[in-house]
Amino acid sequence: MSSVSLTVNGKAVTAEIEPRTLLVQFLREHLRLTGTHVGCDTSQCGACVVHLDGEAVKACTVLAVQADGRQVTTIEGLAAGGDLHPMQAAFREHHGLQCGYCTPGMIMTAVDLVRRKGHALDETTIRHELEGNLCRCTGYHNIVKAIAAGATAMGQAPARQAAE
Amino acid sequence: MTASGIGAPVRRKEDQRFITGKGRYVDDFNRPGQAHAYFLRSPHAHATIRSIDAAAARAMPGVLGVFTGEDLAADKVGNLICGWMIHSKDGSPMKAGPHPALAQGKVRYVGDHVAVVVAESLAKARDAAEAITVEYDLLPAVVETAKAQGAATAVHEVAPDNVVFNWHLGDKGAVDSAFARAKHVTTLDLVNNRLVPNPIEPRAAIGEYDEAEEQFTLYTTSQNPHVARLVLSAFIGIAPENKLRVVAPDVGGGFGSKIFIYAEETVCVWAAKKVGRPVKWTSDRTEAFLADAHGRDHVTHAEMALDENGRILGLRVHTVANLGAYLSTFASSVPTYLYAPLLSGQYNIPAIYCEVDGVYTNTAPVDAYRGAGRPEATFVIERLVEVAARQTGQDPARFRRRNYIKSFPHQTPVIMNYDVGDYGASLDKALEAADYKHFPKRRRESARRGKLRGIGFSSYIEACGIAPSQAVGALGAGVGLWESAEVRVNPTGSIEVLTGSHSHGQGHETTFAQLVADRLGVPIESVNIVHGDTDKVQFGMGTYGSRSGAVGMSAIAKALDKVIAKGRKVAAYALEAGEGDIEFKDGRFSVAGTDRSLAFGEVALQAYIAHKFTGAELEPGLKEGAFYDPTNFTFPAGMHICELEVDPDTGHVTIERFTAVDDFGTIINPMIVEGQVHGGIAQGVGQALFEGAVYDAEGQLVTASFMDYRMPRAADLPSFEVGMTVTPCPSNPLGIKGCGEAGAIAAPAAVMNALTDALGHENIAMPATPLAVWRAAQRARQPQPIAAE
Repeated sequence: MSSVSLTVNGKAVTAEIEPRTLLVQFLREHLRLTGTHVGCDTSQCGACVVHLDGEAVKACTVLAVQADGRQVTTIEGLAAGGDLHPMQAAFREHHGLQCGYCTPGMIMTAVDLVRRKGHALDETTIRHELEGNLCRCTGYHNIVKAIAAGATAMGQAPARQAAE
Repeated sequence: MTASGIGAPVRRKEDQRFITGKGRYVDDFNRPGQAHAYFLRSPHAHATIRSIDAAAARAMPGVLGVFTGEDLAADKVGNLICGWMIHSKDGSPMKAGPHPALAQGKVRYVGDHVAVVVAESLAKARDAAEAITVEYDLLPAVVETAKAQGAATAVHEVAPDNVVFNWHLGDKGAVDSAFARAKHVTTLDLVNNRLVPNPIEPRAAIGEYDEAEEQFTLYTTSQNPHVARLVLSAFIGIAPENKLRVVAPDVGGGFGSKIFIYAEETVCVWAAKKVGRPVKWTSDRTEAFLADAHGRDHVTHAEMALDENGRILGLRVHTVANLGAYLSTFASSVPTYLYAPLLSGQYNIPAIYCEVDGVYTNTAPVDAYRGAGRPEATFVIERLVEVAARQTGQDPARFRRRNYIKSFPHQTPVIMNYDVGDYGASLDKALEAADYKHFPKRRRESARRGKLRGIGFSSYIEACGIAPSQAVGALGAGVGLWESAEVRVNPTGSIEVLTGSHSHGQGHETTFAQLVADRLGVPIESVNIVHGDTDKVQFGMGTYGSRSGAVGMSAIAKALDKVIAKGRKVAAYALEAGEGDIEFKDGRFSVAGTDRSLAFGEVALQAYIAHKFTGAELEPGLKEGAFYDPTNFTFPAGMHICELEVDPDTGHVTIERFTAVDDFGTIINPMIVEGQVHGGIAQGVGQALFEGAVYDAEGQLVTASFMDYRMPRAADLPSFEVGMTVTPCPSNPLGIKGCGEAGAIAAPAAVMNALTDALGHENIAMPATPLAVWRAAQRARQPQPIAAE
């Protein structure tokens, strides 16, 4: 067993875990943060994307022990207080989700995309940057629209971003 | 139209939980004392099991039980069933081989279930499974669809030639005479590629047994929990229905693959009693590829006869349909009654004859996948029409228009009676939106850059709702296909609607609430939609076949009518007026010609406090239920146009624009309907260009992960142009036709018609991968005779 101490959604967490525990297993099974999903076993689908020290990672490809001493943000920790994060609000406003299963990973990826590429995202850039996320419901059409709108909204709400 | 009523693009109520990570999918549930199941699967496509030695596995730490087919048989657990009887031409019933949840003596595909280990953790169960020794005697594998019939090896004893049925539909004599009169015959050999549905949420199940109540509970990723309970109870014999609760909570996409009753949930619920603990199983993606029911997999020879004026005289189709190693729950209906009756498309075709040979192979079972039979039919008719137009030198749009059905109702020669439609209107709108007029200019511009540009059409029709129970019963269905609803009005005027439909992405919590808000004049926030739990909803047939709007909402509408009728009685007592003088409008019951009225909520309260009437006069309370059985199939139809560009040097295909104009009848929520179209198109484009399940000669699935099976990604697709025309459906009270499958039905033919237009020949099959396209483009550069002509 290994001991890990990390911060998840702003809260300090310490646990004894098997060294082989994946970060996504740690989040889902130990912390019961079930918003982070598992959709494949080859790191293709992106349903498990979380932020590790502010950068998007696939939580199925990171060992929990690798997150020791670091900050993890999951979909449950994205909103500041009771308000939705602008990217969450954009997904709802633009119908960027249907069954909701890929959605947490899509939103976490999108927020990271804005961090890296800024608030004015064109369609080609968004589509290319979603290469690590699969959705079977939406045909991506409304996800692309939602991300463009969410990116713009994030630029208009700097306080929100700071909270993230 | 109000802000939340019928026709409004209301933002979804369910989204709040999904975008904040609060959705509750089966794998998110954990029951007290829960153990984990791991299935040992066959590594061989076809083998006799000589022995299974699980002694070492049973002795491993944390193992609670190891079970095989013998244990199921000893407990008299019934086999999995196929619920649709098909009769062959000669009148004999289909040859249904036994389908035990755990193999008994034989394995028939890679991924077939050999044993289950139940242990304290998944890791321990997996470790123990590796300690099980199975001795197999290998048998030759039957793999190829076209070669299964009469292969040297039989997959099932009951079908020595591997034929499940030789079925047919239509008038062979009439078709033969149409072909004898034909001026031109177009012939095509088509493969409809095998697909893996791949909802992003893998299947999962938790079985639980309450010893005190002798009650089983199954949490499962199902599109139809009541059907699952019925089958598990009446056929598999797990428990009587009143002792089995099935819960299908948030479900992460289905596309047909979660209709069926599979081995895994059957074993989990049975094993829960065996080990005295809840038993959980979650599929990994590899297991999903191996053992979720696949879709399509047809090999077809099709001919179309034309007269001298380019009118279609007849259609002759022969299809071999691969049904896999076992008949899945509705497998037999898909290549028969969901296929051949759609071969008339949107066209006036006097004579149609279709033969279908369903065959067993040593591959995963094949069953309904988004569209289910209708995409296969559309691909046949729309490829034929396009090629016929090309061969006779006619514009493909004009050729279609000439042959469209123009008066309704229209009886086709293959069962269907089309109630209403305006195919010319969809065509006009689509041609305009796709800027067809200027396509030649765009093609020239592409050619200047060394690229090949093509445009392709798909005039699809589907039969949805599926359908009057009497009609489907006559066609072999083991169930009725009505839907149920119950509207419970609370004393404070808030409302719960219990529906037998199931939402796994379709947004029922919003659209169904819109209907209620519209009819009762109450705020949408006060309406809750309840589904997916057999303890809450009395019965229902679930969601598939684009049926939840046309059938599920019609049941709700019927129950709402009863609620209003009862409310009128209550209001009459409360307002001291005659029932005939009570009007209901905009959420208020009022006495005609007066200013005396009560809001809906006030009437609800009066119904429950019951102070204004005696029990002899009126029953207290306000709760009504309804079963709605459709009077016909519904017939959504439309025109999809794909325009694409091929790079002949790389084989890369870019979809430049994709235009869809659909007639779904009444639209409840255009935002949600358009989303359904987008998703369907993506799956259809996926079938045409990317996706294909491939088994090697030994029956090993070589596309068993997202590394090998090419799912459509965001950068593969354009934004879509989606438009609507509306002819309300006359056969249900809301005028809804259904929208869930249109894109997947229409898109493959549109893409392949565009691609073959760009290439200048028909010699390319789905999936048209870059390699296939590159080869076809090289062939196009050195013209040679086309086999199809």
